[in-house]
Amino acid sequence: MYSKQVMDHFQNPRNVGELENPDTVGEVGNQSCGDIIQLYLKINNNIIEDIKFKTFGCGAAVATSSLLTELVKGKEIEEALKISNKDIAEKLGGLPKNKMHCSNLAADALQDAIKKFRENN
Amino acid sequence: MQIYGGIKMNKIYLDHAATTPVDPEVAKTVNKYMKDYYGNPSSIYQTAQIANNKLTESRKTIADFINANDYREIIFTSGGTESDNLAIKGTALALKDKGNHIITTKIEHHAVLHTCEYLEKHHGFNVTYLDVDENGFVKIDDLKNTITDDTILVSIMAANNEIGTIQPIKELGNLLKDKDILFHTDAVQAFGQLEIDVQDLNVDLLSASAHKIYGPKGVGMLYLKKGTKLVPQNNGGAQERNRRGGTENVPGIMGFKKAVELIQDNRKSLVKHNKLLRDKIIKGIESNIEKVTFNGPRGDQRLSNNVNFCFEYIEGESILLNLDMLGIAASSGSACTSGSLEPSHVLLAIGHEKSTAHGSLRLTVGKDNTEKDIDFLLDKLPGIIQRIRDMSPLYNKKSN
Repeated sequence: MYSKQVMDHFQNPRNVGELENPDTVGEVGNQSCGDIIQLYLKINNNIIEDIKFKTFGCGAAVATSSLLTELVKGKEIEEALKISNKDIAEKLGGLPKNKMHCSNLAADALQDAIKKFRENN
Repeated sequence: MQIYGGIKMNKIYLDHAATTPVDPEVAKTVNKYMKDYYGNPSSIYQTAQIANNKLTESRKTIADFINANDYREIIFTSGGTESDNLAIKGTALALKDKGNHIITTKIEHHAVLHTCEYLEKHHGFNVTYLDVDENGFVKIDDLKNTITDDTILVSIMAANNEIGTIQPIKELGNLLKDKDILFHTDAVQAFGQLEIDVQDLNVDLLSASAHKIYGPKGVGMLYLKKGTKLVPQNNGGAQERNRRGGTENVPGIMGFKKAVELIQDNRKSLVKHNKLLRDKIIKGIESNIEKVTFNGPRGDQRLSNNVNFCFEYIEGESILLNLDMLGIAASSGSACTSGSLEPSHVLLAIGHEKSTAHGSLRLTVGKDNTEKDIDFLLDKLPGIIQRIRDMSPLYNKKSN
Protein backbone atom coordinates (compact mmCIF):
# COMPACT_ATOMS: atom_id res chain seq x y z
CA MET A 1 0.00 0.00 0.00
CA TYR A 2 2.68 2.51 1.03
CA SER A 3 5.98 3.28 -0.70
CA LYS A 4 9.35 2.47 0.88
CA GLN A 5 9.88 6.15 1.64
CA VAL A 6 6.57 6.41 3.52
CA MET A 7 7.35 3.31 5.55
CA ASP A 8 10.83 4.63 6.32
CA HIS A 9 9.45 7.90 7.68
CA PHE A 10 6.72 6.03 9.54
CA GLN A 11 9.19 3.66 11.15
CA ASN A 12 11.85 6.28 11.85
CA PRO A 13 10.06 9.58 12.10
CA ARG A 14 12.39 12.59 11.95
CA ASN A 15 12.01 15.43 14.42
CA VAL A 16 9.17 13.93 16.38
CA GLY A 17 8.22 15.60 19.68
CA GLU A 18 7.71 19.10 21.00
CA LEU A 19 9.97 22.15 21.38
CA GLU A 20 10.27 24.06 24.60
CA ASN A 21 9.25 27.70 24.16
CA PRO A 22 8.53 27.50 20.44
CA ASP A 23 8.18 30.74 18.50
CA THR A 24 5.06 29.41 16.88
CA VAL A 25 2.85 26.33 16.78
CA GLY A 26 0.77 25.28 13.79
CA GLU A 27 -2.11 22.86 13.97
CA VAL A 28 -4.50 21.37 11.43
CA GLY A 29 -7.09 18.60 11.41
CA ASN A 30 -9.41 17.39 14.12
CA GLN A 31 -10.01 14.27 16.08
CA SER A 32 -13.25 13.28 14.44
CA CYS A 33 -11.78 13.09 10.93
CA GLY A 34 -8.92 11.04 12.31
CA ASP A 35 -5.91 13.29 11.73
CA ILE A 36 -4.23 16.08 13.69
CA ILE A 37 -0.81 17.51 12.90
CA GLN A 38 0.97 19.89 15.26
CA LEU A 39 4.21 21.66 14.31
CA TYR A 40 6.49 23.44 16.78
CA LEU A 41 8.92 25.96 15.26
CA LYS A 42 11.93 27.96 16.39
CA ILE A 43 12.46 30.90 14.05
CA ASN A 44 15.48 33.16 14.07
CA ASN A 45 16.30 35.88 11.50
CA ASN A 46 13.58 34.55 9.21
CA ILE A 47 15.10 31.10 9.29
CA ILE A 48 13.42 27.97 10.65
CA GLU A 49 16.15 26.92 13.05
CA ASP A 50 14.34 24.00 14.57
CA ILE A 51 11.08 22.17 14.00
CA LYS A 52 9.32 19.24 15.66
CA PHE A 53 5.98 17.54 15.05
CA LYS A 54 3.31 15.56 16.81
CA THR A 55 0.75 13.69 14.77
CA PHE A 56 -2.43 11.78 15.51
CA GLY A 57 -3.19 9.85 12.37
CA CYS A 58 -2.39 7.13 9.91
CA GLY A 59 0.89 6.18 8.27
CA ALA A 60 0.52 8.83 5.56
CA ALA A 61 -0.10 11.57 8.12
CA VAL A 62 2.97 10.61 10.14
CA ALA A 63 5.21 10.26 7.08
CA THR A 64 4.17 13.58 5.54
CA SER A 65 4.74 15.37 8.88
CA SER A 66 8.14 13.79 9.27
CA LEU A 67 9.29 14.61 5.73
CA LEU A 68 8.03 18.18 5.98
CA THR A 69 10.11 18.84 9.08
CA GLU A 70 13.15 17.48 7.27
CA LEU A 71 12.52 19.66 4.23
CA VAL A 72 12.02 22.96 6.03
CA LYS A 73 14.59 22.74 8.80
CA GLY A 74 17.23 25.42 8.19
CA LYS A 75 15.25 27.05 5.38
CA GLU A 76 14.12 30.64 5.11
CA ILE A 77 10.42 31.11 5.80
CA GLU A 78 9.60 32.23 2.24
CA GLU A 79 11.37 29.23 0.80
CA ALA A 80 9.69 26.84 3.23
CA LEU A 81 6.25 28.19 2.36
CA LYS A 82 6.79 27.20 -1.26
CA ILE A 83 6.68 23.54 -0.33
CA SER A 84 3.30 22.15 -1.33
CA ASN A 85 1.43 19.03 -0.31
CA LYS A 86 2.04 17.77 -3.82
CA ASP A 87 5.82 18.19 -3.43
CA ILE A 88 5.68 16.17 -0.22
CA ALA A 89 3.65 13.40 -1.81
CA GLU A 90 6.09 13.21 -4.73
CA LYS A 91 9.13 13.09 -2.47
CA LEU A 92 7.51 10.22 -0.58
CA GLY A 93 7.25 8.23 -3.80
CA GLY A 94 3.51 8.89 -4.09
CA LEU A 95 0.65 8.28 -1.69
CA PRO A 96 -2.41 6.06 -2.07
CA LYS A 97 -5.38 7.86 -3.61
CA ASN A 98 -7.61 7.30 -0.60
CA LYS A 99 -5.00 9.03 1.56
CA MET A 100 -5.31 12.43 -0.06
CA HIS A 101 -7.09 13.84 3.00
CA CYS A 102 -4.46 12.87 5.55
CA SER A 103 -1.52 13.56 3.29
CA ASN A 104 -2.67 17.09 2.53
CA LEU A 105 -2.28 18.29 6.08
CA ALA A 106 1.45 18.72 6.65
CA ALA A 107 2.04 21.74 4.39
CA ASP A 108 -1.20 23.26 5.70
CA ALA A 109 0.12 22.95 9.25
CA LEU A 110 3.26 24.84 8.26
CA GLN A 111 1.20 27.61 6.64
CA ASP A 112 -0.81 27.82 9.85
CA ALA A 113 2.34 28.08 11.98
CA ILE A 114 3.86 30.84 9.83
CA LYS A 115 0.58 32.77 9.71
CA LYS A 116 0.41 32.75 13.49
CA PHE A 117 4.09 33.71 13.72
CA ARG A 118 3.54 36.73 11.47
CA GLU A 119 0.47 37.79 13.39
CA ASN A 120 2.43 37.81 16.63
CA ASN A 121 5.68 39.35 15.41
CA MET B 1 8.61 -12.99 7.69
CA GLN B 2 8.13 -16.15 5.71
CA ILE B 3 8.30 -15.96 1.96
CA TYR B 4 5.82 -17.93 -0.13
CA GLY B 5 6.18 -17.63 -3.88
CA GLY B 6 7.90 -14.28 -3.50
CA ILE B 7 5.14 -12.82 -1.33
CA LYS B 8 5.92 -11.86 2.23
CA MET B 9 3.46 -13.59 4.51
CA ASN B 10 2.56 -12.61 8.05
CA LYS B 11 3.81 -15.05 10.59
CA ILE B 12 1.02 -14.42 13.04
CA TYR B 13 -2.35 -14.16 11.38
CA LEU B 14 -4.95 -12.53 13.63
CA ASP B 15 -7.54 -11.47 11.09
CA HIS B 16 -9.73 -14.56 10.74
CA ALA B 17 -12.89 -12.46 10.59
CA ALA B 18 -11.59 -11.00 7.32
CA THR B 19 -10.75 -14.38 5.86
CA THR B 20 -9.18 -17.66 6.93
CA PRO B 21 -6.25 -19.61 5.50
CA VAL B 22 -7.52 -22.42 3.29
CA ASP B 23 -7.23 -25.79 5.02
CA PRO B 24 -4.79 -28.03 3.10
CA GLU B 25 -7.48 -30.71 2.80
CA VAL B 26 -9.81 -28.15 1.27
CA ALA B 27 -7.12 -26.99 -1.15
CA LYS B 28 -6.58 -30.63 -2.18
CA THR B 29 -10.30 -31.05 -2.81
CA VAL B 30 -10.58 -27.85 -4.83
CA ASN B 31 -7.60 -28.87 -6.91
CA LYS B 32 -9.06 -32.30 -7.57
CA TYR B 33 -12.40 -30.93 -8.72
CA MET B 34 -10.74 -28.31 -10.83
CA LYS B 35 -8.71 -30.92 -12.69
CA ASP B 36 -10.94 -33.95 -12.84
CA TYR B 37 -14.51 -32.63 -12.76
CA TYR B 38 -14.45 -29.91 -15.35
CA GLY B 39 -17.77 -30.80 -16.94
CA ASN B 40 -20.48 -28.15 -16.93
CA PRO B 41 -23.13 -29.49 -14.52
CA SER B 42 -25.88 -28.35 -16.89
CA SER B 43 -24.68 -30.55 -19.76
CA ILE B 44 -26.00 -34.06 -20.37
CA TYR B 45 -22.90 -36.21 -20.89
CA GLN B 46 -21.47 -38.29 -18.10
CA THR B 47 -18.56 -36.04 -17.04
CA ALA B 48 -21.03 -33.21 -16.60
CA GLN B 49 -23.58 -35.29 -14.78
CA ILE B 50 -20.97 -36.51 -12.33
CA ALA B 51 -20.17 -32.88 -11.54
CA ASN B 52 -23.88 -32.22 -11.15
CA ASN B 53 -24.24 -35.11 -8.70
CA LYS B 54 -21.30 -33.76 -6.73
CA LEU B 55 -23.10 -30.43 -6.36
CA THR B 56 -26.06 -32.26 -4.86
CA GLU B 57 -23.74 -33.99 -2.40
CA SER B 58 -22.35 -30.63 -1.27
CA ARG B 59 -25.86 -29.20 -1.02
CA LYS B 60 -26.88 -32.11 1.20
CA THR B 61 -23.86 -31.75 3.48
CA ILE B 62 -24.52 -28.04 3.96
CA ALA B 63 -28.28 -28.54 4.39
CA ASP B 64 -27.61 -31.12 7.11
CA PHE B 65 -25.11 -28.81 8.79
CA ILE B 66 -27.77 -26.12 9.31
CA ASN B 67 -30.62 -28.63 9.72
CA ALA B 68 -32.48 -27.48 6.62
CA ASN B 69 -35.48 -29.62 5.72
CA ASP B 70 -34.49 -30.13 2.13
CA TYR B 71 -31.16 -29.83 0.28
CA ARG B 72 -32.92 -27.85 -2.44
CA GLU B 73 -33.22 -25.01 0.05
CA ILE B 74 -29.49 -24.31 -0.46
CA ILE B 75 -28.57 -21.86 -3.24
CA PHE B 76 -24.88 -21.61 -4.05
CA THR B 77 -23.58 -18.10 -4.64
CA SER B 78 -20.25 -16.32 -5.05
CA GLY B 79 -20.04 -15.52 -1.33
CA GLY B 80 -21.59 -13.71 1.60
CA THR B 81 -22.09 -10.40 -0.17
CA GLU B 82 -23.99 -11.99 -3.04
CA SER B 83 -26.05 -14.08 -0.63
CA ASP B 84 -27.08 -10.93 1.27
CA ASN B 85 -27.88 -9.12 -1.97
CA LEU B 86 -29.93 -12.01 -3.29
CA ALA B 87 -31.77 -12.52 0.00
CA ILE B 88 -32.75 -8.88 0.47
CA LYS B 89 -33.30 -7.68 -3.08
CA GLY B 90 -34.76 -11.01 -4.14
CA THR B 91 -37.44 -11.17 -1.44
CA ALA B 92 -38.16 -7.43 -1.27
CA LEU B 93 -38.83 -7.28 -5.00
CA ALA B 94 -40.93 -10.45 -4.85
CA LEU B 95 -43.09 -8.94 -2.09
CA LYS B 96 -43.20 -5.32 -3.19
CA ASP B 97 -46.95 -5.44 -3.85
CA LYS B 98 -47.54 -6.67 -0.33
CA GLY B 99 -45.58 -3.99 1.52
CA ASN B 100 -42.57 -1.74 1.25
CA HIS B 101 -41.10 -1.73 4.75
CA ILE B 102 -37.84 -3.49 5.68
CA ILE B 103 -36.26 -3.60 9.13
CA THR B 104 -32.56 -4.08 9.74
CA THR B 105 -29.96 -2.77 12.23
CA LYS B 106 -27.33 -0.07 12.27
CA ILE B 107 -24.51 -2.57 12.75
CA GLU B 108 -25.05 -4.86 9.76
CA HIS B 109 -22.26 -5.57 7.31
CA HIS B 110 -22.23 -3.18 4.34
CA ALA B 111 -23.44 -6.05 2.16
CA VAL B 112 -26.77 -5.67 3.97
CA LEU B 113 -26.72 -1.92 4.67
CA HIS B 114 -25.80 -0.86 1.15
CA THR B 115 -28.31 -3.30 -0.32
CA CYS B 116 -31.05 -1.75 1.85
CA GLU B 117 -29.93 1.74 0.82
CA TYR B 118 -30.12 0.64 -2.81
CA LEU B 119 -33.71 -0.52 -2.32
CA GLU B 120 -34.61 2.80 -0.68
CA LYS B 121 -33.00 4.83 -3.43
CA HIS B 122 -33.98 2.89 -6.52
CA HIS B 123 -37.14 1.00 -5.58
CA GLY B 124 -38.90 3.25 -3.06
CA PHE B 125 -38.68 0.92 -0.06
CA ASN B 126 -38.74 2.29 3.50
CA VAL B 127 -36.01 0.88 5.70
CA THR B 128 -35.79 1.15 9.49
CA TYR B 129 -32.27 0.80 10.89
CA LEU B 130 -32.63 -0.36 14.49
CA ASP B 131 -30.38 1.03 17.20
CA VAL B 132 -28.33 -1.36 19.31
CA ASP B 133 -27.26 -1.11 22.95
CA GLU B 134 -23.71 -0.43 24.14
CA ASN B 135 -22.74 -4.06 23.54
CA GLY B 136 -24.30 -4.21 20.10
CA PHE B 137 -27.51 -6.07 20.99
CA VAL B 138 -30.80 -5.41 19.25
CA LYS B 139 -33.66 -4.94 21.70
CA ILE B 140 -36.53 -7.28 20.96
CA ASP B 141 -39.06 -4.62 21.97
CA ASP B 142 -37.55 -2.21 19.46
CA LEU B 143 -38.15 -4.73 16.72
CA LYS B 144 -41.68 -5.38 17.99
CA ASN B 145 -42.50 -1.67 18.04
CA THR B 146 -41.11 -1.02 14.58
CA ILE B 147 -43.17 -3.63 12.76
CA THR B 148 -46.01 -2.18 10.68
CA ASP B 149 -48.61 -3.69 8.35
CA ASP B 150 -46.23 -2.82 5.54
CA THR B 151 -43.26 -4.76 6.95
CA ILE B 152 -42.24 -7.57 4.61
CA LEU B 153 -38.69 -8.40 5.66
CA VAL B 154 -36.43 -8.26 8.70
CA SER B 155 -32.67 -8.74 8.24
CA ILE B 156 -30.53 -9.03 11.37
CA MET B 157 -27.04 -10.49 11.47
CA ALA B 158 -26.42 -13.59 13.59
CA ALA B 159 -23.07 -12.28 14.87
CA ASN B 160 -21.26 -9.03 14.28
CA ASN B 161 -18.02 -9.06 12.28
CA GLU B 162 -16.38 -6.19 14.17
CA ILE B 163 -17.32 -6.60 17.83
CA GLY B 164 -18.48 -10.23 17.92
CA THR B 165 -21.95 -9.63 19.37
CA ILE B 166 -24.14 -12.72 19.00
CA GLN B 167 -27.75 -11.62 18.48
CA PRO B 168 -30.68 -13.49 20.05
CA ILE B 169 -31.75 -14.78 16.63
CA LYS B 170 -34.01 -17.47 18.05
CA GLU B 171 -35.98 -14.98 20.14
CA LEU B 172 -36.22 -12.57 17.22
CA GLY B 173 -37.31 -15.48 15.02
CA ASN B 174 -39.97 -16.48 17.52
CA LEU B 175 -41.36 -12.96 17.51
CA LEU B 176 -41.61 -13.01 13.72
CA LYS B 177 -42.75 -16.62 13.36
CA ASP B 178 -46.49 -16.02 13.52
CA LYS B 179 -46.35 -12.82 11.54
CA ASP B 180 -46.33 -12.76 7.79
CA ILE B 181 -42.81 -11.28 7.68
CA LEU B 182 -39.69 -12.91 6.26
CA PHE B 183 -36.63 -13.18 8.49
CA HIS B 184 -33.15 -13.14 6.98
CA THR B 185 -29.96 -13.48 8.98
CA ASP B 186 -26.46 -12.76 7.74
CA ALA B 187 -24.60 -15.63 9.41
CA VAL B 188 -21.30 -15.12 7.60
CA GLN B 189 -19.38 -14.73 10.89
CA ALA B 190 -21.52 -17.10 12.95
CA PHE B 191 -21.39 -19.98 10.45
CA GLY B 192 -18.98 -22.62 11.69
CA GLN B 193 -18.64 -21.00 15.12
CA LEU B 194 -22.19 -21.30 16.46
CA GLU B 195 -24.49 -24.24 16.17
CA ILE B 196 -26.97 -23.24 13.49
CA ASP B 197 -30.37 -24.88 13.17
CA VAL B 198 -32.50 -22.90 10.74
CA GLN B 199 -35.70 -24.60 11.90
CA ASP B 200 -35.03 -23.92 15.56
CA LEU B 201 -34.01 -20.33 14.81
CA ASN B 202 -37.14 -19.74 12.70
CA VAL B 203 -35.25 -18.00 9.92
CA ASP B 204 -36.46 -17.99 6.32
CA LEU B 205 -33.16 -16.98 4.80
CA LEU B 206 -29.56 -17.34 5.96
CA SER B 207 -26.32 -16.21 4.30
CA ALA B 208 -22.96 -17.92 4.74
CA SER B 209 -19.56 -17.91 3.10
CA ALA B 210 -16.89 -20.59 2.64
CA HIS B 211 -13.76 -18.49 3.12
CA LYS B 212 -14.57 -17.66 6.74
CA ILE B 213 -14.38 -21.36 7.63
CA TYR B 214 -11.04 -22.30 6.02
CA GLY B 215 -12.74 -22.79 2.66
CA PRO B 216 -12.06 -21.15 -0.71
CA LYS B 217 -12.95 -17.57 -1.61
CA GLY B 218 -15.63 -16.90 -4.21
CA VAL B 219 -18.22 -19.33 -2.90
CA GLY B 220 -21.05 -19.01 -0.42
CA MET B 221 -24.63 -20.02 0.01
CA LEU B 222 -28.09 -18.73 0.75
CA TYR B 223 -30.54 -20.89 2.66
CA LEU B 224 -34.00 -20.17 1.31
CA LYS B 225 -36.87 -21.85 3.12
CA LYS B 226 -39.11 -23.84 0.80
CA GLY B 227 -42.02 -21.77 -0.48
CA THR B 228 -40.27 -18.41 -0.02
CA LYS B 229 -40.72 -16.22 -3.06
CA LEU B 230 -37.55 -14.81 -4.59
CA VAL B 231 -36.80 -12.74 -7.69
CA PRO B 232 -33.46 -13.96 -9.07
CA GLN B 233 -30.77 -11.31 -9.24
CA ASN B 234 -28.52 -13.14 -11.69
CA ASN B 235 -30.40 -13.70 -14.91
CA GLY B 236 -29.21 -15.88 -17.72
CA GLY B 237 -29.50 -19.53 -16.77
CA ALA B 238 -31.69 -22.08 -15.04
CA GLN B 239 -29.01 -23.03 -12.52
CA GLU B 240 -29.83 -23.32 -8.83
CA ARG B 241 -33.45 -24.11 -9.72
CA ASN B 242 -33.90 -20.84 -11.57
CA ARG B 243 -32.86 -18.82 -8.57
CA ARG B 244 -29.29 -17.96 -9.57
CA GLY B 245 -28.12 -18.04 -13.18
CA GLY B 246 -24.50 -18.83 -14.02
CA THR B 247 -22.38 -21.95 -14.32
CA GLU B 248 -21.76 -23.34 -10.85
CA ASN B 249 -18.32 -22.99 -9.28
CA VAL B 250 -17.88 -26.75 -8.89
CA PRO B 251 -14.36 -26.75 -7.33
CA GLY B 252 -15.35 -23.97 -4.93
CA ILE B 253 -18.60 -25.65 -3.95
CA MET B 254 -16.77 -28.94 -3.30
CA GLY B 255 -14.15 -27.05 -1.28
CA PHE B 256 -17.02 -25.51 0.68
CA LYS B 257 -18.36 -29.01 1.36
CA LYS B 258 -14.97 -30.15 2.60
CA ALA B 259 -14.60 -27.09 4.84
CA VAL B 260 -18.05 -27.76 6.36
CA GLU B 261 -17.17 -31.40 6.98
CA LEU B 262 -13.96 -30.40 8.77
CA ILE B 263 -15.79 -27.83 10.89
CA GLN B 264 -18.52 -30.34 11.67
CA ASP B 265 -15.91 -32.68 13.11
CA ASN B 266 -13.93 -30.04 14.97
CA ARG B 267 -16.29 -27.19 15.81
CA LYS B 268 -16.43 -27.71 19.56
CA SER B 269 -12.69 -28.04 20.02
CA LEU B 270 -12.07 -25.08 17.69
CA VAL B 271 -14.44 -22.88 19.70
CA LYS B 272 -12.72 -23.94 22.92
CA HIS B 273 -9.28 -23.21 21.43
CA ASN B 274 -10.40 -19.82 20.11
CA LYS B 275 -11.98 -18.81 23.42
CA LEU B 276 -8.81 -19.60 25.31
CA LEU B 277 -6.73 -17.39 23.02
CA ARG B 278 -9.42 -14.69 22.86
CA ASP B 279 -9.63 -14.39 26.62
CA LYS B 280 -5.86 -14.43 26.96
CA ILE B 281 -5.62 -11.44 24.61
CA ILE B 282 -8.40 -9.56 26.42
CA LYS B 283 -6.84 -10.14 29.81
CA GLY B 284 -3.35 -9.25 28.55
CA ILE B 285 -4.44 -5.97 26.99
CA GLU B 286 -6.62 -4.89 29.90
CA SER B 287 -3.93 -5.54 32.48
CA ASN B 288 -1.00 -4.04 30.55
CA ILE B 289 -2.32 -1.05 28.64
CA GLU B 290 -4.15 1.91 30.14
CA LYS B 291 -6.90 4.01 28.60
CA VAL B 292 -8.47 1.24 26.55
CA THR B 293 -12.12 0.39 25.97
CA PHE B 294 -13.20 -3.14 25.34
CA ASN B 295 -15.87 -3.25 22.63
CA GLY B 296 -18.76 -5.69 22.57
CA PRO B 297 -20.05 -8.25 25.07
CA ARG B 298 -18.00 -10.72 27.07
CA GLY B 299 -18.24 -14.48 27.52
CA ASP B 300 -20.66 -16.66 25.61
CA GLN B 301 -22.55 -13.74 24.08
CA ARG B 302 -19.44 -12.97 22.05
CA LEU B 303 -17.99 -14.83 19.06
CA SER B 304 -15.29 -17.18 20.28
CA ASN B 305 -12.62 -15.70 18.02
CA ASN B 306 -13.18 -11.94 18.34
CA VAL B 307 -11.31 -9.26 20.31
CA ASN B 308 -11.95 -5.55 19.77
CA PHE B 309 -10.46 -2.62 21.69
CA CYS B 310 -10.28 1.13 21.29
CA PHE B 311 -7.03 2.77 22.35
CA GLU B 312 -7.39 6.41 23.33
CA TYR B 313 -5.34 9.20 21.72
CA ILE B 314 -4.20 7.19 18.70
CA GLU B 315 -5.33 6.11 15.27
CA GLY B 316 -5.86 2.49 14.27
CA GLU B 317 -3.92 2.29 11.04
CA SER B 318 -0.66 3.19 12.78
CA ILE B 319 -1.23 0.27 15.13
CA LEU B 320 -1.78 -2.05 12.15
CA LEU B 321 1.36 -0.85 10.36
CA ASN B 322 3.46 -1.37 13.48
CA LEU B 323 2.03 -4.85 14.03
CA ASP B 324 2.58 -5.69 10.37
CA MET B 325 6.26 -4.80 10.67
CA LEU B 326 6.47 -7.52 13.31
CA GLY B 327 4.60 -9.98 11.12
CA ILE B 328 1.26 -9.68 12.91
CA ALA B 329 -1.84 -9.26 10.73
CA ALA B 330 -4.81 -7.46 12.30
CA SER B 331 -7.63 -5.08 11.43
CA SER B 332 -9.09 -1.74 12.52
CA GLY B 333 -12.29 0.26 12.19
CA SER B 334 -10.46 3.53 11.69
CA ALA B 335 -11.39 5.83 8.82
CA CYS B 336 -7.97 5.35 7.28
CA THR B 337 -8.58 1.66 6.81
CA SER B 338 -12.05 2.17 5.36
CA GLY B 339 -11.05 4.58 2.61
CA SER B 340 -13.41 7.28 3.90
CA LEU B 341 -13.27 9.89 6.63
CA GLU B 342 -15.82 7.97 8.67
CA PRO B 343 -14.73 5.47 11.28
CA SER B 344 -16.58 2.19 11.81
CA HIS B 345 -20.39 2.52 11.77
CA VAL B 346 -20.53 -0.31 14.30
CA LEU B 347 -18.37 1.50 16.86
CA LEU B 348 -20.40 4.67 16.38
CA ALA B 349 -23.64 2.69 16.83
CA ILE B 350 -22.51 1.32 20.19
CA GLY B 351 -21.88 4.86 21.40
CA HIS B 352 -18.27 5.71 20.62
CA GLU B 353 -17.26 9.22 19.67
CA LYS B 354 -15.62 9.41 16.27
CA SER B 355 -12.34 10.30 17.96
CA THR B 356 -12.10 7.06 19.94
CA ALA B 357 -13.59 4.95 17.15
CA HIS B 358 -10.56 5.87 15.02
CA GLY B 359 -8.31 4.09 17.51
CA SER B 360 -9.79 0.62 17.25
CA LEU B 361 -8.02 -2.68 16.84
CA ARG B 362 -9.70 -5.96 15.96
CA LEU B 363 -7.88 -9.23 16.54
CA THR B 364 -9.61 -12.41 15.41
CA VAL B 365 -7.99 -15.75 16.22
CA GLY B 366 -8.22 -19.08 14.43
CA LYS B 367 -7.28 -22.71 14.46
CA ASP B 368 -3.61 -22.32 13.61
CA ASN B 369 -2.85 -19.68 16.26
CA THR B 370 -0.95 -20.79 19.33
CA GLU B 371 -0.54 -19.44 22.84
CA LYS B 372 3.00 -18.54 21.80
CA ASP B 373 1.58 -16.26 19.07
CA ILE B 374 -0.51 -14.50 21.68
CA ASP B 375 2.45 -14.17 24.07
CA PHE B 376 4.40 -12.49 21.28
CA LEU B 377 1.52 -10.13 20.52
CA LEU B 378 1.07 -9.23 24.17
CA ASP B 379 4.79 -8.69 24.58
CA LYS B 380 4.94 -6.22 21.68
CA LEU B 381 1.60 -4.41 21.78
CA PRO B 382 2.11 -2.18 24.87
CA GLY B 383 5.33 -0.77 23.39
CA ILE B 384 3.67 -0.11 20.05
CA ILE B 385 0.75 1.70 21.67
CA GLN B 386 3.12 3.78 23.80
CA ARG B 387 5.28 4.68 20.81
CA ILE B 388 2.26 5.93 18.84
CA ARG B 389 0.88 7.74 21.88
CA ASP B 390 4.21 9.50 22.35
CA MET B 391 3.81 10.83 18.82
CA SER B 392 0.22 11.96 19.39
CA PRO B 393 -0.61 15.59 20.24
CA LEU B 394 -3.72 14.35 22.08
CA TYR B 395 -1.82 12.15 24.50
CA ASN B 396 0.41 14.97 25.69
CA LYS B 397 -2.50 17.33 26.10
CA LYS B 398 -4.18 14.82 28.38
CA SER B 399 -1.15 13.99 30.47
CA ASN B 400 -0.06 17.60 31.03
